[in-house]
Amino acid sequence: MILVNGQTRSGAETLGALLGELGLGPEARGVAVAVDGEVVPRSEWKVRPLADGARVEVVGAIQGG
Amino acid sequence: MRSREGELGLAAAAGDGFGLGGRELRSRLILGTGGFASLELLAGAIEASGTGLVTVALRRIDPGARGSLVDVLDAAGVELLPNTAGCHTARDAVLTARLAREAFGTDLVKLEVIGDERTLLPDAPELLAAAEELVAEGFVVLPYTNDDPVLARRLEAVGCAAVMPLGSPIGSGMGICNPYNISLICEAAGVPVILDAGIGTASDAALAMELGCDGVLCASAISRARDPAAMARAIAGAVGAGVLARGAGRIPRRPQAMASTTSAGRPEL
Repeated sequence: MILVNGQTRSGAETLGALLGELGLGPEARGVAVAVDGEVVPRSEWKVRPLADGARVEVVGAIQGG
Repeated sequence: MRSREGELGLAAAAGDGFGLGGRELRSRLILGTGGFASLELLAGAIEASGTGLVTVALRRIDPGARGSLVDVLDAAGVELLPNTAGCHTARDAVLTARLAREAFGTDLVKLEVIGDERTLLPDAPELLAAAEELVAEGFVVLPYTNDDPVLARRLEAVGCAAVMPLGSPIGSGMGICNPYNISLICEAAGVPVILDAGIGTASDAALAMELGCDGVLCASAISRARDPAAMARAIAGAVGAGVLARGAGRIPRRPQAMASTTSAGRPEL
């Protein structure tokens, strides 16, 4: 199991696979991802493995400031 | 038409060229996007304001409801200024800034580190620590800060590209509560000073510029106005008026009257 934006979810093998399940391809604009408190560059999404228990945060733009 | 010319003159003064963090901005008015009831109202206010730079925030995405904010901002042709709104520690703010750089491909960050929920006042030690870290990582750091001349000087010393003191608490609309401190910050600063919170209406923005600020960042005063586009136009004009007044040189305040009409030649009646 992994934790995605605070919700438990069955694990995907890679970050790229998880984001694909969420409808986010590598070209998704205005989106960034952190795993276990560290930003994962877009270029590494596809290959980044997700360990059991990984905490994934997927963020995007909202109005503010 | 006379009034139209006047309006254009003010807009031109607000857009008299403004260097910030290595880029040239087309307007001295930076627009915050928070609080607009719809993207249509936001787009209308961007156009009316003439701004070239608008803030955005980062939050967990809802994959079902995404996309159009960035599209609207792209269509408006404005540059994005991501903020770290809601961060309470240097650690959170630094991580949020890194996420924003990855999401938007910009090195600009409006650094907010909040120390108190009721007033949303900045947490000075955390702010300074975050600023130092982000400058070291190559960010162009624009810190939202207290109206404290000493803290402003410390933020400049660690390499911030501007300082953005509050006039009064975020969203309060109370204007500039301590104009003396804002003047002191402007006199001492070697980087641009942007008045960043508390604007309630156009006259507050004019005062900021008259005190020596280089720009104004405004969200709620425009987004929560009854007519946001009209208020955006008013505040852009006020920024221009303030620039002109500052350049023109105001008369000193004096405790007594000084007649503007000479008494020489007054008839004995």
